Amino acid sequence: MDLYEHQARELFEEHGIVVPRAEVTDSPQRARGIARRLGGRVVVKAQVKTGGRGKAGGVRIAADPAAAELTARQILGMDIKGHTVGTVMLAQPVDTEEEFYVSYVLDRAAGRFLAIASAEGGMDIEEVAATRPEAVARVPVDPAEGVTPAQAARIAGAAGLPPQAVDVLVRLWEVLVREDALLVEVNPLVRTRDGRIMALDGKVTLDDNASFRQARWGAEHSTPHDPLEAAAAAKGLNYVKLDGEVGIIGNGAGLVMSTLDVVAGCGARPANFLDIGGGASAQVMADGLSVILSDPSVKSVFVNVFGGITACDAVADGIVRALDTVRLTKPLVVRLDGNNAARGRAVLDEYAHPLVEQVTTMDGAAGRAARLATTP
Amino acid sequence: MAIHLTKESKVLVQGMTGGEGMKHTRRMLAAGTNVVGGVNPRKAGRSVDFDDRRVPVFGSVAEGMDATGADVTVVFVPPAFARAAVTEAADAGIGLAVVITEGIPVHDSVAFIAHARRKGTRVIGPNCPGLITPGQSNAGIIPADITKPGRIGLVSKSGTLTYQLMYELRDTGFSTCVGIGGDPVVGTTHIDCLAAFQDDPDTDLVVLIGEIGGDAEERAAAYIRDHVTKPVVGYIAGFTAPEGRTMGHAGAIVSGSSGTAQAKKEALEAAGVRVGDTPTQTAQQVLAVLNADG
Repeated sequence: MDLYEHQARELFEEHGIVVPRAEVTDSPQRARGIARRLGGRVVVKAQVKTGGRGKAGGVRIAADPAAAELTARQILGMDIKGHTVGTVMLAQPVDTEEEFYVSYVLDRAAGRFLAIASAEGGMDIEEVAATRPEAVARVPVDPAEGVTPAQAARIAGAAGLPPQAVDVLVRLWEVLVREDALLVEVNPLVRTRDGRIMALDGKVTLDDNASFRQARWGAEHSTPHDPLEAAAAAKGLNYVKLDGEVGIIGNGAGLVMSTLDVVAGCGARPANFLDIGGGASAQVMADGLSVILSDPSVKSVFVNVFGGITACDAVADGIVRALDTVRLTKPLVVRLDGNNAARGRAVLDEYAHPLVEQVTTMDGAAGRAARLATTP
Repeated sequence: MAIHLTKESKVLVQGMTGGEGMKHTRRMLAAGTNVVGGVNPRKAGRSVDFDDRRVPVFGSVAEGMDATGADVTVVFVPPAFARAAVTEAADAGIGLAVVITEGIPVHDSVAFIAHARRKGTRVIGPNCPGLITPGQSNAGIIPADITKPGRIGLVSKSGTLTYQLMYELRDTGFSTCVGIGGDPVVGTTHIDCLAAFQDDPDTDLVVLIGEIGGDAEERAAAYIRDHVTKPVVGYIAGFTAPEGRTMGHAGAIVSGSSGTAQAKKEALEAAGVRVGDTPTQTAQQVLAVLNADG
């Protein structure tokens, strides 16, 4: 889960990293009062979980409290790359002398974290890395040792950062470890005219797997915006809404991803990703079907299940019991393969629902579901 | 021969007395796995009966290894305890730890994988279905009865796509199938398995299944080009996955232009790997290669 900039700022501050004074609000009137408290002149920053805010007009300077109110009114509700701005952060402007870049990112291939630092901050680090790779230092972090002051000094030295940045590197590592983050990034980290090192903007991505021991950011931020995704999340389903017309239910992340691809290869667009896992119980099947059937763009549904640990006859029983509780309004193509496939198919044949059709191969069933969805 | 797991392997199960542990220990035993013990400090000294087999419970991995000569452990403990479980197994000097547990915090995985590496323990997983050498041994949750022994090696990030391919190619059969797991950080990579299959006299061809996210498949492609002489047939899932959304597996996410299925397919094809468009076509390509060679 990505945090908002103001949440990242709060974490940095708690861990002793210097940040500008700032407050968050969803109200233009309150923005005026905040600006007054911060000294009048402020930076108004849209709080959205996407890059490119500045270019989209989501970061602006306001000269006084009245201007802050007006600017907040303009930015709140803006659409930035599909994200609606719900809150703005007002921050004291900072006179910067130099801008740097520092982050800790997960190096998947090496199985450890990597410090990335550059004396050329403030812009897109991937662009700097592409055009001037020598300006970006990449230093692996030994998981057993972490970032000690000596290690931080090596990172700062490799990147050409000032000695005062060493302390920030150590504290930023603490943020990463204590908060179970997968990414912490400060861009820019600045040296102010009066010589202080300050984190002006930050990004933090938390590990969802660690939520059992990191309850702090809670459910308020994890509720999806899409109503179908919210309904699926409420039922505990692993569902992602897509822009298509073939509803997809399958078991196992890889098989479901593959099912989307095969449907797309047949000339239709998948309407969703839904992995019902290994068990494929009647309840989960019913929950999944009800979410998918409530999607108005869905024209057909493809249930693609491989019977491994759960045999196909049990899966077929689950489908039959699900259809006792969910009224089927669109054609359903079922492909059952694997353990007890013949028995599973017989169960559905006997049920003989007029809207349920079986195709024995994955490719054939995907083609059939695609045709049903695209034929007028 | 096979890789990493044979009928000689002596298997401990950490978390055997839990629900999933019980269910899958029974299945492993039915598949011929030599399960020599469970590990649970609170139930040490007891035993569990699985049909006709009585399996003792040890207080620690070290104790279980001393008593039985175990060289493999399969880990079913809940996410919060996985780091301690794998660390304990590595400290005891076990050769292979197969971590089935899903939902382990990445910082924990990074820590126990690094620790295991220092101790000389191979970790497979986490968040994986384990590995099976059909007809010999099954360490994990892969259904054993959907295929038969043969000479195809398989390495995959995905459990159900592994099962699909095992089933499609059930008449040809497999030497070993390894599910390496779908998490961002895993202990054993595609490359590790490719290297082992290349050296395994019982494997003639390798099936490599990948999915979006990271660059493991691109790295595997470079390794194949330089080091693998056996034929490799690939399949990649996730061509239609949108950027920035996690597709089921924690590691399956496209960020910007990196981690796309298209890039992975192109890298593999450039290394001479045939890549199927669907799982079924992938199986057909395997048969075509084997028939052309045979």
